[in-house]
Amino acid sequence: MIVAESKPLTEVANLIDNAKKVLIVGCSGCVTVCMSGGQKEVGILASKLRLLRKKEGNPLETVEVTLTRQCDPEYVETLKKYVTDDIDVIISMACGVGVQFLAERYNKWVVPGLNTKFAGGTTEHGVWEERCGLCGECILYKTGGICPIIRCSKSLLNGPCGGSQEGKCEINSEIPCAWQLIYDRMQALGRLDLLMEIQPPKDWSKSRDGGLRKVVREDVKLDE
Amino acid sequence: MTVFEPKIIAFCCYYCAYSAADLAGSMRLEYPANIKIVEMPCSGKTDIRVLLEAFERGADGVYVLGCMEGDCHFLKGNLRAKRRVQEAKKILEEIGISGKRLEMFNLSAAMGPRFAKIANEFTERIRKLGPSPLNKNSTIKEEE
Amino acid sequence: MNNSKMQQLLSQGKFLVTGEIGPPKHANPERIIKHATELKDYVDAINLTDNQTAVVRLSSIAASVHVLQAGVEPIMQMTVRDRNRIALQSDLLGAYSLGIRNVLCLSGDHQSFGNHPMAKNVHDVDSIQLIQIVKNLRDKKIFSCGEELKGQEPRFFIGAAANPFADPFEFRVLRLEKKINAGADFIQTQVVFDMERFEQFMAMVRKRGLHKEAYIIAGVMPLKSARAAKFMQQSVAGITVPEDIIKRMERADDPKQEGIAICVEQIKHLQKIEGVAGVHIMAVMWEDIIPTIVKEAGLHNR
Repeated sequence: MIVAESKPLTEVANLIDNAKKVLIVGCSGCVTVCMSGGQKEVGILASKLRLLRKKEGNPLETVEVTLTRQCDPEYVETLKKYVTDDIDVIISMACGVGVQFLAERYNKWVVPGLNTKFAGGTTEHGVWEERCGLCGECILYKTGGICPIIRCSKSLLNGPCGGSQEGKCEINSEIPCAWQLIYDRMQALGRLDLLMEIQPPKDWSKSRDGGLRKVVREDVKLDE
Repeated sequence: MTVFEPKIIAFCCYYCAYSAADLAGSMRLEYPANIKIVEMPCSGKTDIRVLLEAFERGADGVYVLGCMEGDCHFLKGNLRAKRRVQEAKKILEEIGISGKRLEMFNLSAAMGPRFAKIANEFTERIRKLGPSPLNKNSTIKEEE
Repeated sequence: MNNSKMQQLLSQGKFLVTGEIGPPKHANPERIIKHATELKDYVDAINLTDNQTAVVRLSSIAASVHVLQAGVEPIMQMTVRDRNRIALQSDLLGAYSLGIRNVLCLSGDHQSFGNHPMAKNVHDVDSIQLIQIVKNLRDKKIFSCGEELKGQEPRFFIGAAANPFADPFEFRVLRLEKKINAGADFIQTQVVFDMERFEQFMAMVRKRGLHKEAYIIAGVMPLKSARAAKFMQQSVAGITVPEDIIKRMERADDPKQEGIAICVEQIKHLQKIEGVAGVHIMAVMWEDIIPTIVKEAGLHNR
């Protein structure tokens, strides 16, 4: 899932500036699962902002809506009836995709309520960890299912570097050395020979370097 | 001389505090009339949003009463409540309402006197803190 | 085009001595030139670090040129932390055109250790891929993209680092082998304090015949104090300092003298290990001690 966390309250309060009425939009996708932008968090943010404004003597009106997904136009469309003239600002509590989809569809000032962190998973309740660097060309078959692009702090493809000690990365003793993990796994699977192959420089043109990336599937398109 | 009468909401777990309140009553223990009790099936039902909205709707202080740690009827509800109350305290600090206006206490159904003691002490705490910054027009009545 | 002197000396079987200078955090090269002049008669080449510990310093290319002009052979360090493959290759061409003949290919310390922890790291290629790029420019006359290099190719003597003290230990020799396979001609190791582990490492190196495929230069460092020794032991990733060295430093009346004595002993020990082609003396912030160490180790006027 896309993992996100809420922006500090004071930052969001600054983003909405002196708005009188805000529409706070949640998303039932990834950010609900990682407990940052679902119905519940929308309610909490709304309450926090109202409390803050009430204390400042500048009351704020909030409208709360949580969409099935903010990254699909058909659900974004369902927000239409809530985007009334008196809405000054829309706060999107989705990942960066949701913020942009709302901004593309509605002629309103749209601000993010979250910081989008990474593509990851839940390792325990309340803890999420990054797993995928979204690099556009998966090489996990070369490294025993452990991604060095995102889990090695230097993205080494021929690691580990000289800073790997007792299984930890040199930058922080809390971070496991990805290459130690890869080495251990390859050894357990009897595939250490694969690590002796020199991996060539990666083709980063498949990653984020060329403007927005697009995936097109002709077989599922609906136009005639 | 004027005295401030705080509005206090006590979210009480059915299995401990709610019965303790009954017991305090039948023991004829006195506790302030400022306390408004809200029954919960378990302190684990504590919701940050509800705590915040209590303040939004005029509370000067809020507390959650759950079973003694290790004795939750639903095993760990009171431990979940503890973390949420901690988080809500941080939010109140951030907003500038003071985290001291929110607290969690643990007790058992047999602790009528403790129920009354908590009610007295917490009311005193809030009385000292004064009205919530949100309640600009609090009831301040003349002391007789 | 004259070639690397360092390469000539190694091929003649001379036990090599290299030093190291960390360029300054300003634009005045005087100190580099001063140290290079002091070291001139004592070392065969000098490493110039590339923004070591991710702190902004005078560039290793410029520092190498200053050293060259002072009459000493430079080993230009090059990390993949701050430059992508375009900048790396461009700088390789530029460095060669300025007379630099040796390059040490490194990953580089992570930016979080330096004075710009908020910087974006590049890591477009890794150190092994950089070795391959330098080799292909030299031997195949092709750029990383495969395009032909028309005209003078940079003919670098290619170096790589090895750390026998990092983990996983068993993979350290294999990684060294990978670097040699990629094109490393010489290897400079991390500072050796733990001689036992280094001996073990070299035995594995010899078993795979790697000492015959690349020149292995062992790193040493004179310790100034017991505190410095403990710092190296506890705070520097990838370095191990055995307890007995710490104890010797603690007991010494003159810790600096003891540090020099230990360093000299280590050099003499390393000279006896089969497959060790030289020593690299890292005395950053204490560069002027290098002549003393070289003399005491009997490596002066070889």
